[in-house]
Formats: sequence, C-alpha cells, structure tokens
Amino acid sequence: MSDGGVLLDIRGLRVRFPMRGRGPVCAVNGVDLTLRKGESLGIVGESGCGKSVTFSSVMRLVQSPPAVLEGEILLDGRDVMRMSGAELRRMRGKEIAMIFQEPMTSLNPVMRVGKQIIETLRLHESLSEKQAEEKALEYFQMVEIPDARSRFWCYPHQLSGGLRQRVMIAMALICNPRVLLADEPTTALDVTIQAQILELLGRLRRKNDMSVVLITHDLCVIAQLAERVAVFYAGRVVEEASAGELFANPMHPYTMGLLRCVPTMRTVSRRLDMIEGNIPDPACLPAGCAFHPRCPFAADVCREQAPEKRFFGERRFAACHRAGEVG
Amino acid sequence: MRTLLSNKFIMLGGAMILAMLLIALFAPLLTVYPYDGLDLANKNQAPSLEHMMGTDPYGRDVWCRVVYGSRVSLMVSFAAVGVAVVCGSVLGIVSGYLKGGFDLAAGRLIDIMMAFPSLLLSMIIGVALGPSTRNMCLSIGIPLIPIFYRVARGAALSVGERTFVIASESMGSGRFRTMFRHVLPNVLPQIFVVLSMGMGGSILAEASLGFLGLGIPQPTPSWGLIVNEGKPYMFTAPWTTGFSGAFIALTIWGFNLLGDGLRDHLDPRV
Ligand SMILES: Nc1ncnc2c1ncn2[C@@H]1O[C@H](COP(=O)(O)OP(=O)(O)O)[C@@H](O)[C@H]1O
Ligand SMILES: [Mg+2]
Repeated sequence: MSDGGVLLDIRGLRVRFPMRGRGPVCAVNGVDLTLRKGESLGIVGESGCGKSVTFSSVMRLVQSPPAVLEGEILLDGRDVMRMSGAELRRMRGKEIAMIFQEPMTSLNPVMRVGKQIIETLRLHESLSEKQAEEKALEYFQMVEIPDARSRFWCYPHQLSGGLRQRVMIAMALICNPRVLLADEPTTALDVTIQAQILELLGRLRRKNDMSVVLITHDLCVIAQLAERVAVFYAGRVVEEASAGELFANPMHPYTMGLLRCVPTMRTVSRRLDMIEGNIPDPACLPAGCAFHPRCPFAADVCREQAPEKRFFGERRFAACHRAGEVG
Repeated sequence: MRTLLSNKFIMLGGAMILAMLLIALFAPLLTVYPYDGLDLANKNQAPSLEHMMGTDPYGRDVWCRVVYGSRVSLMVSFAAVGVAVVCGSVLGIVSGYLKGGFDLAAGRLIDIMMAFPSLLLSMIIGVALGPSTRNMCLSIGIPLIPIFYRVARGAALSVGERTFVIASESMGSGRFRTMFRHVLPNVLPQIFVVLSMGMGGSILAEASLGFLGLGIPQPTPSWGLIVNEGKPYMFTAPWTTGFSGAFIALTIWGFNLLGDGLRDHLDPRV
C-alpha cells in the first residue's frame, strides 16, 4: 500500500515564534519527513513537541509573520512555502485536509452542520445547492452517522462529541483530498468512540486511497492505524521506523520511554513507568541532544553535540549518539 | 427563548421600550392637538383635564409635544446607532480578525475620536455639517463608533482564535469569507448587548444637543428641544421640562435594563 511515489516531502522545516523581550520559541527545529501515496504515517510525541505546528505549517495555517518559517514543503514537487494566497486556498481542503482535536469547537456553533459541509464543498466544486446537499448527505452516511438525514440540519451543540468528529471527517473528506492530516482526532473522545473513529478513518483511507498523517501523543492510537511512525521530540524527528519495527525494537531512548508508558495486559498489575522530567522549554533548548537531561543513557557527547541521524535501513533511523548500543 | 423571557431585566426593559415605540407609532391617535399649534394666550398652563401635562411656553400641549417628540428622538437615535453599529462593527471585526497594519491604522483613528468628549465631538460634527435631521443622526452616531469598534474587535480577536475559524480556513475558505460567515455571526451577540446601551447613550446625546439648541430645527418636537424650550420656566412651570425629562430618563433606563439583561443572559458568569 505504501509503495506509491512521494506525495508530501518536508525538508529542513524550522518554525520560530519571535517573543517580545525574550528569545524566540523554537517550536520546530529541522524536520524532514516524507509521506508516500496511500501511506499512513503516525506522528507521536508528548504535548508541546511541535507536532501541531509542523503540520499547521504544511497547511500554511501558521501566521507568518510573526512566525518565521524556513525549509521546503513539497506537495507533488510544488513548494507550499512559495504558494500564493489563491493557490493555498485551492490546495486546502482539496489536496490536503485537516481534522482537529476538539470536536466541540471545530464546528461553527451558529451554523447547521449540513450547511457547513455544503459550503465547504462549494468552495471547491461548482455544484448547485441541491447537488451539493445530496453529495454532503452521501458523505454523512459514509461516515456512519446514524439517522443522517435528520442530523444533517442539527446545530453542533445538538450532537455528541463522537458525532461531531464524524461530521468533521465528512467535511474533511468531501472534496476527496489526497492527504488527510488528523491532529489528535480522538484525544477528546472516550475510548470506545475513539476506537470506532480510528477504525472508520482506516476504512476510509483504504477506500479513497488517501494518505493519512495521524498526530497523537498516544502510542495506542498509532498502533491501530499507522504503518510508519515518526517520533517527535523538541521540534525534531528523533526516530522513524515502520510501526512493527518501532514497537518491537525501539532505538531511541525516548521511544523506549514512551513505549514503557503504554499500558498492556502485562503492565496493568504494576505501576506504569513514566519518563522522568518534562519536555524542554522551546524558548531555551538544552545544548547537545535535547533529550539528554531526561535520558538514562546520556554520556558526555550527548551534552555537547547534537546527534546526527543514524540509519539502520531505508527510512529507519534514530537521532541518538548511542542508538544501537543501548536498549 | 423561554429563559430569555424569564429574565426580569429583559422583560421590564423590553416592555418600556415597546411602550415607547407604540407611543411613537400611534402618536396621531393619542392626542387631539397639533404639535405646532401656537396658543400664546394659554402658555405655561399647569396640567388640567384639557392638557394632561400642561402647556409649554408657546401654549402647546406638552403631552402632544412629548408624544410627537418620541418619534423624532427615537428615529434619530435608531439611525445614529445604525450608523455607529455598522461602521464600528465592520472596522472592529476586520481589525480583530486580520490584525496587522489595518488594526494599527484603525486603532489610531479610533483613539483620536476617543480623545474628544463625545458630546463635544457631536457638536463639532453638527456645526460642521449644518442643521438637518440626517446630519443630526451622523453627529450623534459618529461619536458612538468607538464603543462598537472596541467590542467588535475584542470579540473578533477571541473568536478568530477558535478552532472552527482555523478549520474553515483549512478547508480553503478565504479570509474575508471566513470573516463574514464564521467570525461575524459569533461576534453579533456581544454587539447586541452594547447596541441597547448605545441606544440609551444616543437618546441622551440627542436630548443634550437639543437642550443646547443644536438639535433638530424648529418646530419639529424632539425631547431635547422640549426641555430646552421649557428651561427658562423650569421653576415656575416645571411640567414642560419635567415630563419630557421623564420620558428621556425612562427610555434610557429601559434600554439599559434591556442591555444588562441581555448581557446576563448571554454571559452566565456575570
Ligand atoms: N502561535 C504561537 N506562538 C508562540 N508559541 C507557539 C505558538 N504555537 C505553538 N507554540 C509553541 O510551540 C510549541 C509546540 O506546540 P505544538 O506544535 O502545538 O505542540 P504539540 O506537539 O503538542 O502539537 C509549544 O511549546 C507551543 O507553546
Ligand atoms: Mg497539538
């Protein structure tokens, strides 16, 4: 499934937010990522690691200025960073669509949900109101909203969180985008609803032959949907691997730490591990490897020198001085 | 809607405003006198059966003047607030949502307007434009623009950060489209609250200008003008100023009650 060509190619992306009277917040510090056609890529990392900023930059939704963006973001070879306003509007929703974490607030509270979908559709396709309504209803049924016809004309507050997220998915998919960026799509939902939504996303991805980027801080979510995984820490990708390899054989101490935090049948009985300490303040990142203050394996070199990527196969690397030695 | 009607402030204020509007609407049915019929033999008469609110210094029936005055005063105030709410909200929403250079420029303009006391600004504009009903509306409305600008800008700043606005842009909606389809409807409730406060302020401004002799040209009655005409006899014939003043006060109070009620209703934290 993931043997198609490269669809989205992020090269050396850096995003800084200048702050008055202080150093800038370095939210993204040189991210390289590729997304192939039909692939599902999981992005994992603690909150504040720059995941959202990275993919908001892909959509060019980060206001710049004030933010300073560097690097290239190639969508089918076209640089998103150089697109005009009109090109961006054509791209958004049509080629790349995004769904957000809060299903409670990602719909306009004073507009009927059906109307919101119809409007989105008509931004990109010249359909009559009637045709647009039919297609929107079709998508409502596709995302398995029960009793779709009557829910179509509800206001968002009349729907539950899970249903609202389904509405968001229908809205994101209605123009048949090639890439779907799902930023913590299930974080605000309870576990059973979460599983249903992920299952739905997986099915729609295969049906529409769409690439999906699934952003989350929860490895369980990754395990359900992603084929490849990139682990974020302090605005960098510290490890990338196929999902199977990552779970079986993590290379970066941060990934190992994350994996130890996941509850499994075996761990329920004992206390869950946590990674000691907090993520560094993106306004003053530590010298050397950004993870070294929390790393149980930190050596002198880690405190002085930022680690290069070490490859252990094609698209399999860890940015760690001691990758391969420890584990 | 039911909770809206169960709010005492909204009910009371609304009833008062409704009564004023009905009086203005049915003015010709509520009085037998013409509003401009001079009768100098009967000037400054105390309230009696023929003249329930007495007569003014020109012998005209005060009730009749007040009733007709409500038409002018309310109409001018509505028009003035209309001018202010449209200009202020549009400027405010664009500033709060687009930020940047536009915000900076509009903000300075508003600062300049706010540097003048609003009555003084009304007088300057009124004198500059000359006396007419339309210019009266402008001279009262323009000084009210900053109120709506500030509320609309603040609300647009916060609505603009909300996910659905970003989501709308992420679907390819342009900035102006997003602004009018998604930001504006969510800013309206806040504007609505100041709307009724603005009405009160506008009635007061109209009365003040009329009182100072800068109001609507004679003989069309407006509340401010009636107070102005009765002013020299305030102690010997207090009914002229008293009754028209009472109508001004009641109307302003009604709008303020309505505004307070709406604010409580829309913002349960207060
Ligand atoms: N508009 C902004 N201005 C300043 N700092 C920001 C802005 N947006 C995000 N940040 C900072 O960038 C860092 C990364 O944020 P984010 O990408 O949202 O993290 P996450 O990985 O949880 O999605 C955070 O420290 C956040 O405070
Ligand atoms: Mg995030």
